[in-house]
Amino acid sequence: MSKKTGPEKNDFLSIFIKEISKSSLTIILLAIFTGLILGGILAVATTPEVYKAFGRSFGDGLGESLKLIWETYSSLFLGSFGNPSKMVSSLFSGDSKAIQSAFKPFLESLVVTTPYIFTGVAIALGFQAGVFNIGAEGQLFMGAIMAAWAGWTFKGLPPIVHVPLALTVGTLTGALWGYIPGWLKAKTGAHEVINTIMMNYIAFNLSEYLIRGPFEDPTTPFKTPLIEQSAHLLRFFESTSLRLHLGFFIALGVAVLIWFILYKTTWGFEFRSVGLNPHASKYAGMSSSLITILAMSTSGALSGMAGAVEMLGVNFRQTQALSTGYGFDAIAVALLAHNHPILCIITAMLFGFLRHGSRVMQINTGIPIDIISILQAFIIFFIAAPAIIRTIYRLKEPKPILEMEKTA
Amino acid sequence: MANQIQKDPIMKKDTTVLRQKFMGALFLAIAAFIWFVFVRTTDSAMQTIFVMTPGGSIATISNLTFNTKFALKTIAILSALLGGYQIVKGFGKYSNVILGVEGILLIISFLAWGAGGGTVNIGGMLRVAIMRSVPVVLGAFSGILCERVGVVNIAIEGMMITGALVGSMFGSVFGLWAGVVAAIISGALTASVHAMLSIKYKVNQIISGTIINIFTVGLTSYIVTKILQVAEWQYLNQSGFFPSFDLPLFSKIPFFGPIFFRQNMFVYALYILVVLLSIVLFRTKWGLRLRAVGEYPKAADTLGINVFRTRYIGVILGGMMAGFAGSYFSLGSLGYFEQVMTAGRGFIGLAAMIFGKWTPVGSLGAGLLFGFAESLSTNLSILRFPIPPEVLLMVPYILTMVILAGVVGRSQGPAAAGVPYEKESL
Repeated sequence: MSKKTGPEKNDFLSIFIKEISKSSLTIILLAIFTGLILGGILAVATTPEVYKAFGRSFGDGLGESLKLIWETYSSLFLGSFGNPSKMVSSLFSGDSKAIQSAFKPFLESLVVTTPYIFTGVAIALGFQAGVFNIGAEGQLFMGAIMAAWAGWTFKGLPPIVHVPLALTVGTLTGALWGYIPGWLKAKTGAHEVINTIMMNYIAFNLSEYLIRGPFEDPTTPFKTPLIEQSAHLLRFFESTSLRLHLGFFIALGVAVLIWFILYKTTWGFEFRSVGLNPHASKYAGMSSSLITILAMSTSGALSGMAGAVEMLGVNFRQTQALSTGYGFDAIAVALLAHNHPILCIITAMLFGFLRHGSRVMQINTGIPIDIISILQAFIIFFIAAPAIIRTIYRLKEPKPILEMEKTA
Repeated sequence: MANQIQKDPIMKKDTTVLRQKFMGALFLAIAAFIWFVFVRTTDSAMQTIFVMTPGGSIATISNLTFNTKFALKTIAILSALLGGYQIVKGFGKYSNVILGVEGILLIISFLAWGAGGGTVNIGGMLRVAIMRSVPVVLGAFSGILCERVGVVNIAIEGMMITGALVGSMFGSVFGLWAGVVAAIISGALTASVHAMLSIKYKVNQIISGTIINIFTVGLTSYIVTKILQVAEWQYLNQSGFFPSFDLPLFSKIPFFGPIFFRQNMFVYALYILVVLLSIVLFRTKWGLRLRAVGEYPKAADTLGINVFRTRYIGVILGGMMAGFAGSYFSLGSLGYFEQVMTAGRGFIGLAAMIFGKWTPVGSLGAGLLFGFAESLSTNLSILRFPIPPEVLLMVPYILTMVILAGVVGRSQGPAAAGVPYEKESL
């Protein structure tokens, strides 16, 4: 259907521009802005020094508040991007060590961004096909632990074989974890949200069991063995504190690939049609149950890949299962990107940078890292309910297209 | 939606018969399992002792000592008989009860076999099971109240964790009961955000729930790090907890007394709420209206029921329930707030709701089962062949998926759950 509409340009840039020109971008920016303001208010309200300053005089209190907000967000910025003046001067000095240390925050933020891209795209893909994969967290867990298994079990393989092998094992495990709820939804109508939540807890318990049982390293309790050197993903820097690895670029590639599949292939067209209107798609001869299964499996595979890449690029061993939160934050990543795989890269970077920068912020200002989750919640709150943003900023309501079609 | 409601009666009958046969086969499989795995591996002279009273209370009945192999054989034969009857004639509407009986038989035989030659404190295990089931069942009630009016609530976990923190903080300063009240109010406030988003702004209810979960987990963790861990504020997190007390007369009942009626306030509140909620939902006009809004809001609207208001009431009541459930963690068991204390109990509550087919009594049963699994998982080391506790803890989730898939006893929720209501303009 969409192919008949003529030479509509559909490459990245024009989509990006289209997105910008839509009023939704204003909403997104205002949502982020409002979230930051509310986060600032929270930080001020929970800091005793501010109350002391208000006790002295109102002006003092206001000054202290603004100072705190400035320090919070500037250290968040410094922690995530690095110090711009240092970056520039290091570039001019040409000293590679100085450059590395100046760019370290930025590069490390990219490391944190990587799993967000995978999981964000995973959930966006699900949304596009009309399924809500809330189980990215469990899929990520299973992908990570099984990639680790492949990483230490096979010995003496060259990296060119070992890395793809471990990645594939992790990805397939994630796919299986997505396939089960997808199959159940297609065949029995059981809601995928509940089933993926259940699968999450099965994954947590299972990986906990594996770490304490069959997968336990004989020499270190509650940890799996370290993966073989040959299974390590390529890192770009010698220094161990600069962990940027090939995974980031794999993530970029996967996002582009999913974009291509969704918008350039018949398969992707069917995905989106089923997501938009399963009944109409059925009459058009598409198998919505097949699409549901495929979408959940692919989504699971991407989340599994997130875990596998984390394992082979950053962690090298699975320690006791603690929720990373990536799978849940990814819902925010996808929503913020309007479920567009390419935009997911940008929103994933936003969350990755916030998350990495928050550590520096906590050290500098004593504001806990958890403020990032609160910011995220505020941001999706406003994205999900744009009417609230419109009311706050007195924006005009866009013309309700559906309503007009109804009356016509 | 409307065409989905009408089901083909012939198709329905076919699947019912299929399910009846399947269930019978399952019972037979359980019998075979007990016979060939448990009985075979048990020595004929072996004795198992079941202690029937929880530790610390005066024994009102003596311990049960029996020959393990004989008991296992009896259970296997009983299970086989039930399976045979189910296949040939079928238990009809009692099939699910029989399924529950089968589950209990399987657990008993597992315990008898596992403890072969040793002692199992059944009484103590059941008492702990009831305590552990409290937040799960209350969470399920929260889910029931929300879904019965047509709003899916996956934020039970978030509302619980809020209740737990608020309960502990207010409980520390103003006393335990004030803590409970504050927790309930905090649940109501959190729920009103969910209600506003999903009813007024028609946001996808799963997304709205996710927002609340992310927010509450972040906020509670923030408050703990920023305030409660600072030495001078630590007194804000020392609420203490409600002691358990004997319910006069009831606690004297042999076997059941010390298990059910030697508990704390939360357990007794649970008993009252089960009865109250069942009556209100299924025996009053108000409950009928509530359910009508969740099943077919348009019809309810036509009859003059205010759909939006009913939904707000349902969701906020659900939030209060979740807040109360949350306060159990700090004020009912631990005596202070800890970030990881809810540990997904809100989601298990959701599972219990599905398991219990969106009814209070069913959820109670499911919650007790989950509580028992938890209680059992901490006692596994006493068994002969210890299975890892993590594996046991997976069982409730797997069972929920099986139930949801309709393999054994299909469970279907209110028809309009998850669908925002749009009032049609005339």
